[in-house]
Amino acid sequence: MNQFINKNLYGDYGDKEQATGASGTHSTAGEWPLWEVFIRSKAGLDHKHAGSLHAADAQMAIENARDVYTRRMEGVSIWVVESKNIHASDPYEAASMYEPANDKVYRHPTFYNLPDELKHM
Amino acid sequence: MTVHSFQEHFDAKIDNEVMIEPRDWMPDDYRKTLIRQISQHAHSEIVGMLPEGNWITRAPSLRRKAVLLAKVQDEGGHGLYLYSAAETLGITRDEMYDQLHTGKAKYSSIFNYPTLTWADIGAIGWLVDGAAIMNQVPLCRTSYGPYARAMVRVCKEESFHQRQGFEIMMTLANGTDVQKKMAQDALNRWWWPSIMMFGPNDADSPHTAQSMRWRIKRFTNDELRQKFIDVTVEQARLIGLEAPDPDLKWNEERGHYDFGPINWDEFWNVVKGNGPCNKERLDARKKAWEDGAWVRDAALAHSEKRKARKENKEVKAA
Repeated sequence: MNQFINKNLYGDYGDKEQATGASGTHSTAGEWPLWEVFIRSKAGLDHKHAGSLHAADAQMAIENARDVYTRRMEGVSIWVVESKNIHASDPYEAASMYEPANDKVYRHPTFYNLPDELKHM
Repeated sequence: MTVHSFQEHFDAKIDNEVMIEPRDWMPDDYRKTLIRQISQHAHSEIVGMLPEGNWITRAPSLRRKAVLLAKVQDEGGHGLYLYSAAETLGITRDEMYDQLHTGKAKYSSIFNYPTLTWADIGAIGWLVDGAAIMNQVPLCRTSYGPYARAMVRVCKEESFHQRQGFEIMMTLANGTDVQKKMAQDALNRWWWPSIMMFGPNDADSPHTAQSMRWRIKRFTNDELRQKFIDVTVEQARLIGLEAPDPDLKWNEERGHYDFGPINWDEFWNVVKGNGPCNKERLDARKKAWEDGAWVRDAALAHSEKRKARKENKEVKAA
């Protein structure tokens, strides 16, 4: 299995350094680091992943994110995180990872059979 | 899991319209096809800035200048969204630039034609961006997640590009005789190259069948081309211009316009590097990259120096 997993290390966000280290064929020397950009579209909402970009430091990453991802007032706040600092769950463990939630329908309000006459609950 | 079951798992996802994400297993050829297509697409956005950038200083009014500047900036942004999407497949930005600069990677042939008059800026927005949109809208549902997300962003922004181009053409077509002639001349020169943007006929397109199977592509080249011709012919007539094709005729039975033969020799010639501006475009890209090297190095050195200074301070404080 390991030999296949190696191919899966290309980071979506994060683990990129590890990925390029594992394959050994890529050179990122001289490239500005990769940053992930999260944007809050308006006050009251969460920051949401918008994409990624290269920048020499955090300040430049924020300025570039402003130019690349908010040209049409898409945001009121920007987070940037260097991609190598993000850790992601393994898609191959998804089955076992999320399986425990499968048989617990009683966590949903619709599981309970209550009389129709009952209001406001 | 064996290779076989990885493949089955992948196929099942594709068949059930489940998106493939970067860390999922995918066949090598799927990855390669995507890298080729997405990076070509990114290169096209970046090289596409050149013919239009040429006219920013000569736009006929402040309004046109501001609009063109915004459009060219958008194209730069689109290139960046796409490069980022390609990077999730394990190729680096520098590798992609290198492929572009050495001619190993292609970009859309349309940008190897010159922009001779202001009307060409109208024709590019209307026809070239119009053809691009026709291609890109179905790509919002392409099977690779990061590519699809990038395309959603691109499509949202692209529609103003086409509308501003059509507005330029409309204004010229309603202008003096000379202006109208200029608009028709631009349409004459950009019509066929725009139609060729959809790529070779399905029968001669080696990648189409596989890309359709993988749901990277949703429509074939010929389907998209026909759709583009059907809507664009009508748009031209609306402003009193005529597409330069004597064989153009509504076919009641098919419910489509019939059109004349496409000069594929010209297409392949431009793809192979013999178009009017291939060398000029590539030289401009290379020069921009090489002239910018000291800026990239300086920014990196500056950030490292600051980091070191900060660490030094922390050590002292401790």
